[in-house]
Amino acid sequence: MLALEKRPEHSQALVYLSPLIALILTLAAGVVLFFVLGVSPARALYAFFVYPLTSAYGWAELGVKATPLVLIGVALSLGFRAGVWNIGAEGQLTLGAICGGAVALWLYEVDSVLVLPLMMLCGMLGGMSWAAIPALLKTRFNANEILTSLMLTYIATLLLSLLVHGPLRDPDGFNFPESRIFGDSATLPILWAGTRLHLGAALAALAVAGTWLLMSRTLIGFQIRVVGQAPAAGRHAGFSVNRMVWFSLLFGGGMAGLAGLLEVAGPIGQLLPTISPGYGFTAIIVAFVGRLHPVGALLAGLLIALSYLGGESAQITLNLPLAVTGVFQGMLLFFLLACDVLIGYRIRYRSLARMRHD
Amino acid sequence: MTATQNIRKSALLEIEGMCKSFPGVLANDRISLSLRSGEIHALLGENGAGKSTLVKMIYGILKPDAGRMLWKGKAAGIDRPVDARQLGIAMVFQHFSLFESMSVFENILLGLERDADPVALRKDIVDISVRYGLPLDPDRHVYTLSVGERQRIEIIRCLLQKPDLLVMDEPTSVLTPQEVDRLFETLRRLCGEGVGILYISHKLDEIKALCEHATILRNGKVVASVDVAEETTQSLASKMMGKEFRTAEQSSGQEKGPVRLGIHGLDHPARDQFGISLRNVELEVHGGEIVGIAGVAGNGQGELLRVLNGEETGIPAEAIMLDGTACAHLGPNPRRALGLASVPEERLGHAAIPSLSLVENALLTTCQRLGLLKFGFINRGKCSAFSEQVVSDFNVKCSHVNAEAGSLSGGNLQKFVVGREISQSPAVMIVSQPTWGVDAGAAQTVRSALRGLANQGAAILVLSQDLDELMEISDRIAAICAGALSPALPVAETSVEQIGLMMAGLDPRQDTEAA
Repeated sequence: MLALEKRPEHSQALVYLSPLIALILTLAAGVVLFFVLGVSPARALYAFFVYPLTSAYGWAELGVKATPLVLIGVALSLGFRAGVWNIGAEGQLTLGAICGGAVALWLYEVDSVLVLPLMMLCGMLGGMSWAAIPALLKTRFNANEILTSLMLTYIATLLLSLLVHGPLRDPDGFNFPESRIFGDSATLPILWAGTRLHLGAALAALAVAGTWLLMSRTLIGFQIRVVGQAPAAGRHAGFSVNRMVWFSLLFGGGMAGLAGLLEVAGPIGQLLPTISPGYGFTAIIVAFVGRLHPVGALLAGLLIALSYLGGESAQITLNLPLAVTGVFQGMLLFFLLACDVLIGYRIRYRSLARMRHD
Repeated sequence: MTATQNIRKSALLEIEGMCKSFPGVLANDRISLSLRSGEIHALLGENGAGKSTLVKMIYGILKPDAGRMLWKGKAAGIDRPVDARQLGIAMVFQHFSLFESMSVFENILLGLERDADPVALRKDIVDISVRYGLPLDPDRHVYTLSVGERQRIEIIRCLLQKPDLLVMDEPTSVLTPQEVDRLFETLRRLCGEGVGILYISHKLDEIKALCEHATILRNGKVVASVDVAEETTQSLASKMMGKEFRTAEQSSGQEKGPVRLGIHGLDHPARDQFGISLRNVELEVHGGEIVGIAGVAGNGQGELLRVLNGEETGIPAEAIMLDGTACAHLGPNPRRALGLASVPEERLGHAAIPSLSLVENALLTTCQRLGLLKFGFINRGKCSAFSEQVVSDFNVKCSHVNAEAGSLSGGNLQKFVVGREISQSPAVMIVSQPTWGVDAGAAQTVRSALRGLANQGAAILVLSQDLDELMEISDRIAAICAGALSPALPVAETSVEQIGLMMAGLDPRQDTEAA
């Protein structure tokens, strides 16, 4: 039978190269995929990965798509380091959009520079409150945060749908399920005239730097690494596992909430029944491809953002289904996990038993 | 006698010029040794001397950089443990790999390389256990077994392969004296049948009692290959360490200080079915004294340590007094602020984290007490300086303070962990298994450091399964059995036999009266 056998020594370099290997394997699998779909692989890969970056506007769009991915990916990588598996960033993002968006609609008539900061604050608080539920259930009842955070995502999406069909619907909108378009003071300033690149991109860059500082230089970052790697040593050092659960989930929820608010206050400009193409889930891939490191998450966020743009461009130029984007992202994660396993282990045929002592 | 000599004519295993280097360290430098059938051959050396590296190469876990191995006179390429086992080399590891919730029989069945007939296997297990004096009930669950019994499972597993060479890595570090005697009988019987045994140990008296030849390693090189009968324990020790063997400073014999650690009526229910409940523990430790707690593994030592250092709370505050302050309700860091330091038994994953650097490991228990933080930020310069200090004060061999803790040998990491706590000048220090798996040189360093700390007025509590060690360093000694602690008796007025009775949960004073 097949069995995995731990390698006696494994290369540190490969641990960092594995995302690259996974990318190459994804591209190779993509060639096969396009071939089967009856499209020229060369044209498809060009449409996917090169064409979007042939214009300045494309580069700006890359930043727009990468903003929520990086913000959430960075926050999730911190939580994953602590061994806290927050899978529900999509729901926290939705709550951020709802809470921040509600402020924008409530202050619709108000023209003040304070509206945006207040929206951001409420967006973060919304995401944090949604993440607080799994944190409470985990620390109080030892409920698995993977399940609770994931299930809350569906509740959040339905809540958004309910609100834009009801209380938050545009009174002059002919009953379309949409809110009013936010006023100028509730819309993010554009960083690069003529594109959609908004203030959020700068905030995402700031989040990368801040999280890196937090993880490498502060006691809380140290505690996260210790508790994630060796819980017993963490207890001996007096670090509270529950506090890390709370911190990781609130941090992830806050960033996801901010990302959601940035979406509705930026590229979208209003509340809609669907505000994210699954950024909260894709950010999990970003975190792992980025090796759970803030700078890695930035690079991975840009890569995955490109796959979103590529999916759209392939849809337009080659009539490929949009689902190809999801397939690409899924394959990337799959190959990455496979590479990670094979770096630490090798496959053996024969019986299970003899691996016991190795 | 002639029969045995016939078996011994040719070498079973010969090693020539084996080299292995790791980043920054030459772990094995041209090592040669030769072992015959029916011989118990000791591999002796301090921690970090390269013993583990050598046996890992023999067993195919590590690949040598240079050198060759001859098995029964023929060149042998051992690339993987399975190759070693096919040749007839079996190894009993220091750490067992057993499933606690399964029975002895199931564990052995799972570990087999071939498919076996369960009925025949059960018979083989019983045969072997009778023949080699390894009593074991195949249907007992592993979690109900003592460490010694668990080791028997591993030995039976090896013997089922009918090996020609048995490698034993520090097999006695967790056994009681009676279990050690029984193990030795088994080993002698095996060698009488022509099995070669490579025996790795730090305990010199064991090597004197058991082995014929010894290969002594120091800093990755063979420094001597000797006939054990012609050596004394002292001469073996000095060859191994390359310096004169120093015994720990004895207590200065001054008056006892005030009570610094008081434990009164401490009850603590077990956390789970495998845990031990602590029952009505009473103990006072004075400044300037070392109190030892003897006991067979798994009688509540781990629980006692965790209750005392604050990892487990939830008992009335007054049950534990630190310098007169009730502290049983406080967590680890408030207790550290009151002057408590502790060293848990498990080095990797509890006392230290193998994947973090020494500097970061130093930070684990020192950040608050030594003021290494400023507004939540870590003062890295100060932390590095502290680590450098510990490394030089306690003679820790490492390539750099930024090296991963896991790259150090057990003894060196233990010196670092103990040094990290002692360097904070605690008022009360609790140490579990201070020299477990540590060579004689590092053990001396640790013991002298503990005595030095006591002489400065600290109260020290040592939990250990090594009775000789406790007799050597303690002023008073108590024993723990099934979560109950015996009264502490002055070492000068007790004997090993008395402590043995206490470890079994009997009161030696009543026993002497009855006799």
